Parts: sequence; structure tokens; C-alpha cells
Amino acid sequence: MLLTLIDGQEPAPNVLALAHSLDLPVEAVLHVTSDGADADDADDVAGHLTDELAKQGVATLHLIRHELLAGYAPEAFGEALAQLVAHLRPAAVLAAGTDRGTEIMAHAAARARLPLATNCVAVTGGDPWLLTRARGGGMLLEEAELTAPVKLATVAQGAAAPADAQAVDNCAVREFVPELLPELARTRVVERTAGRGGITLATAPVIVSGGRGVGSAEGYAVLEELAALLGGAVGCSRVATNNGWRPHSDQVGLTGTKVAPDLYIACGISGATQHWVGCTDSKAILAVNTDPEAPMVARATYAVIGDVHEVLPAVVAEIRARSS
Amino acid sequence: MEILVCVKRVPAPGAKVPLSADSREIDTRHLGFTIGPHEECAVEEAVRLVAGHGGQVTVLAVGPPEAEEQLRYALAMGADRGVLVETGPAELDPEATAAAIAQAVHTVTDGAPPFDLVLFGDSSADAGHYQVGIRVAAELGLPIVGGIKGIEVGDGLRLRREVPDGAELYELPLPAAAAVREGLNLPRYPNLPGRLRARKASLRTIAFEPPVGGLRKLRLRQPADDRAETVLLGQGAAAAPAVVDVLEELGVV
Ligand SMILES: Cc1cc2nc3c(=O)[nH]c(=O)nc-3n(C[C@H](O)[C@H](O)[C@H](O)COP(=O)(O)OP(=O)(O)OC[C@H]3O[C@@H](n4cnc5c(N)ncnc54)[C@H](O)[C@@H]3O)c2cc1C
Ligand SMILES: Nc1ncnc2c1ncn2[C@@H]1O[C@H](COP(=O)(O)O)[C@@H](O)[C@H]1O
Repeated sequence: MLLTLIDGQEPAPNVLALAHSLDLPVEAVLHVTSDGADADDADDVAGHLTDELAKQGVATLHLIRHELLAGYAPEAFGEALAQLVAHLRPAAVLAAGTDRGTEIMAHAAARARLPLATNCVAVTGGDPWLLTRARGGGMLLEEAELTAPVKLATVAQGAAAPADAQAVDNCAVREFVPELLPELARTRVVERTAGRGGITLATAPVIVSGGRGVGSAEGYAVLEELAALLGGAVGCSRVATNNGWRPHSDQVGLTGTKVAPDLYIACGISGATQHWVGCTDSKAILAVNTDPEAPMVARATYAVIGDVHEVLPAVVAEIRARSS
Repeated sequence: MEILVCVKRVPAPGAKVPLSADSREIDTRHLGFTIGPHEECAVEEAVRLVAGHGGQVTVLAVGPPEAEEQLRYALAMGADRGVLVETGPAELDPEATAAAIAQAVHTVTDGAPPFDLVLFGDSSADAGHYQVGIRVAAELGLPIVGGIKGIEVGDGLRLRREVPDGAELYELPLPAAAAVREGLNLPRYPNLPGRLRARKASLRTIAFEPPVGGLRKLRLRQPADDRAETVLLGQGAAAAPAVVDVLEELGVV
């Protein structure tokens, strides 16, 4: 049996797809609290989930229920999962390679003293597992062997196309109550604040991104103008962040944000791998660069060879002219 | 405050990541090395915290002898002491790395006050296992939160991180650990006095026989790059009409 961790409201399609490819019965696990109103919410969520899980070929949902699981407490979530693993002895546990999925799995792995392979894109079952994982945000692929009595892995975002799972009649709920020391809740969310909303790098359909070639903080004005015209957001390279031209929240790449807009306009960005892995999922890329040999130009869908500060104002003027 | 920061020596490739002939490693003959940006922010934060609260910053790297270069960089940024856990050239699996760090912590704190705060990067820049910090914290019995973009020290530790729909705040009792992300601060470039001091500083070296972990790297491979030839839209301002044609075609204008 193989367990899949649900770290949000729904099972992640890529995790279920990879799980079903391994020819083992697939079960699911969700952390819920047994405390007050939270507990009612949890039962609602579980009710909705079982229908969805049955459609996805998952016949059992394990609910890990404990009052210390209210809100979010990474250590307690990890310890609880480790205890369920010791109890059920599944062949493997898979989770989505989200921040939270990875965090819970790493805590569980540390406590169960099991290895953990993160960001897997493919797995061949058996013993040991042969797997392929993304390194450096996808800069390289690593083929590795995973030897463990219970195999723990997270699935890279976007890996494995959703498979058509054989639906099952219904998904049964099993409860598991872990023994958690109150001390484990010392790492717990004490306050949550909502985001600012608006267009973010993660959701913008177009990103106008600038690097060293933009030349200065003021130089981004024309990128802002173009982004506003296109209903998009402004991004940047690490050089721009390090020079203090842009806030780090604008940075695209390995240690910034991974983006996937319809169009990524890379202005004065050379295309270092650490930047490239952040924008490679864009549907189309337009490079604006003075250097025709720049790697970004070679890999882009479209390119204009020229100075950002000549090309962008002309593009802005052209858009204005056509719309008036 | 006694703060420990764990940093890893990683290659800094440019537009291509060259591989060795047997595809087992990155071919680093023509590459420079660095510490990852997350870890650079961890060092910067530690140096600032100690400037405000007193104490010392220790930086620790597990790796080959050459990792001395990265420790000296951190010392030049203002760290006080460097510890190199020498494990040879082969890349360690995350369990082995964590075991090496945990053991080194016991060795260097033997008799001395233990660390109040242990900082990690959220993930190492090359392997990106996202787990060494959590494993070390579990081994040392410390609470830890990852993805941290804000740190405040008072009676305890207030840690802030961004999540898809906003931000989360954690309060941990000290001693504690945190894995931080770039954006936490803007790391300084080491100045000349810093570099001189770092060159002279003595490093403590600890030998470690790493255990064999359960995750064994076999080989590396380049991801497929199946993008079509680039369509050149023209040169300079004259390309603007062609660009806007494309924007219209893509339906983004
Ligand atoms: C571990 C690690 C993690 C990293 N993470 C990231 C990350 O998340 N994001 C990131 O971006 N980088 C990251 N980097 C840095 C990365 O390696 C590059 O240094 C960086 O992306 C380069 O930024 P750039 O393209 O703006 O600058 P450069 O590489 O200097 O390129 C500038 C480009 O602008 C062009 N240009 C110059 N003037 C003009 C002009 N007037 N008009 C048009 N074009 C012009 C040049 O031809 C050149 O191609 C990381 C590095 C490491 C080692
Ligand atoms: N070889 C190493 N030496 C020192 N610290 C390390 C090493 N490997 C990982 N770390 C620390 O653990 C963090 C997470 O690494 P990883 O789990 O490999 O993604 C890094 O950002 C470092 O702070």
C-alpha cells in the first residue's frame, strides 16, 4: 500500500498520478484537529474529499486527528505522520513538493529516521526505487536510488501528467489518533495575514522582467509602463535585487519566484541557468538584449536585438498608437 | 547570542551546467564556487543579530577542504569563527550531512555554551533537498521553521514566512533553529578589513566519517530543451511594430 499526503483541500493530481503508476493500492492521509469549530470544518472537508478520492481510485482516507493539529504546527504534523507510518507500514508515502508538503515530509522523515527524496519527476518502483529528481529548481535532473523500508518522496510541481485512475465505489474513512507531546506545538502559527491581492508574479499573464541591462532603479519606469499596459507585473534578475534596484519579491529564478506567464519579456537579462529555471515554464519568451549571443536570446521564442531603453519606449508608443 | 550558520560550498555555473564525462558530477574545472543566496542571507542576519544583541557567529560547512573558501567568505562578512567538517569530495546524502552537522555541534559546544540560534538556508543551491535543517533540528531537539523572511529576537524568536495566500507568523522559544530564504535582508559585500581579518582567522577542522544514507545519487542529466529556434523580430526601436504584432497574436494586448 502507498500513502499520499493531502496538504491542502484536495489531493494533488500529480501526486496521485505518480502514485497510481507504481501499481500498489493507493490510500490518502489528511491531518485534522479534534478541537471545537475546527473539528466540524475538518469533518466537512473529509466528507467532500471522500467523493473526490473515490473518483481518483483511492479507497481509504486516513484522518490523523489530534487537538494539537489545530491551525498548522509543522513539528506536530510531521511527528503525527511518522507515527501513522509506523502503524500502517506502507510501502511508500508521497506528497506534493509544495512548501508545506515538503516541510511535513521532512519532519516525518527526520523523526522516523527514513531517507526522503524531494522533487521527484519520475519513479520506478521495486527495491530500491530508481527515481529522477529535479535539482537546483530544475537546472539538472538527478537519477538516484532510494533504499528504505518505507520510501518517502515528494513530487515536483508539474511532474507527471494526471492519469485516468480507475474509480472505486467509495472511500472509507479511518481515524488515527497519534500520541503527541504538547511540546511539539511549540512550532505553531500564531498569526496569519492575508496577501495584498492584485497582480503578482505567480498570477500575472505577462511579466516584464529586467536585469543588469536596465541600468538603474529609475530605468524600470518604462518596464512598469509596459507592464501596466499589458495588465502584467514587473520581474527582475538577481543582479537587480542585489543592486537594490528592485525588491526581492520581484526576483525570478532559483532563489526567487518560479513563474509561468503567457509571455515573459526578458529585458537586459543574460539568461544564467539560475534565472532560466524560474522562467522556463513561460508559454512564450521575448528577449530584448543588446547581445545577439546572449543565452536568453538563443533560448527565447522571440528576440529583439537592441537597447532596452530604445526598444521598450517604441513598443509602448506603438501599443498606444494602435489603441487610439 | 551564540549563533551557528550552516553554509554549503556549491558550484556557480553560468548559462550551461557542464557535466563530467561519466555524468556523475558537475564539471567544475572552469567554474567558481559560492554559498547559496539563502545562506548568504542567513550569515548576514546572524551578523546583524550579534551586532544588536552581542555574542558570536560561528559558520560551519560540511564538505571538501576547499570549502574553506566559503567559510572565509562568511568570516569576511563578519562571522567570528569557522568550522569545517571534512568529509571528502563525494556529495553526501541529506541524512549524512545532517549527522555530520549534528555531531560537529556537539564537538564544538562541548563545555562551551550551546547555540541559541541555528540558521540554515531553506534549501541548498545545488542539491536542493529541503531537509538538512529539519533533520539537524530534530537531532538537536530544537524547534525549526523554514522559508523564513523575517526574524525578530526578544524573549523568544518571532519568525515570519510567506505562504501562497499571505504570511504566517511563528513564535518559538530559544534555543531554536530557522531555515531562511533570500529576501530576508540584502547581504553586504565583504569590505577590505573584513577580507583581511578573514584571511588570517584560524578555522577549526573536524574529521567525520559519513554514514551511508538511503538516497544514492547515480548520475546527472540535462533537462530536455525542446524550445524551437528563436524568431528574430528586428533591431532596436524599428522592431516595435513586429513586437506589437506578436503581442496581439498572443492575445496579451
Ligand atoms: C546559487 C545561485 C542562485 C541564483 N539565483 C538566481 C535567481 O533566483 N534569479 C536570478 O536572476 N539570478 C540568480 N542567480 C544569479 C545568476 O547566476 C546571474 O548572475 C544573474 O541572473 C544575472 O543577472 P542579469 O542577467 O541581470 O545580469 P548579466 O548576466 O550581467 O546580464 C546582463 C545582460 O544585459 C544585456 N544588456 C546590457 N545592457 C543592455 C541594454 N542597454 N539593453 C539591453 N540589454 C542589455 C547584456 O548583454 C547581458 O546579456 C543565482 C546565482 C547562484 C550562484
Ligand atoms: N554540506 C553542507 N554543509 C553545511 N550546511 C549544509 C550542507 N548541506 C546543506 N546544508 C544546510 O542545510 C540547508 C538545506 O540544505 P538541503 O537540505 O540540501 O536543501 C542549506 O541551505 C544549508 O544551510
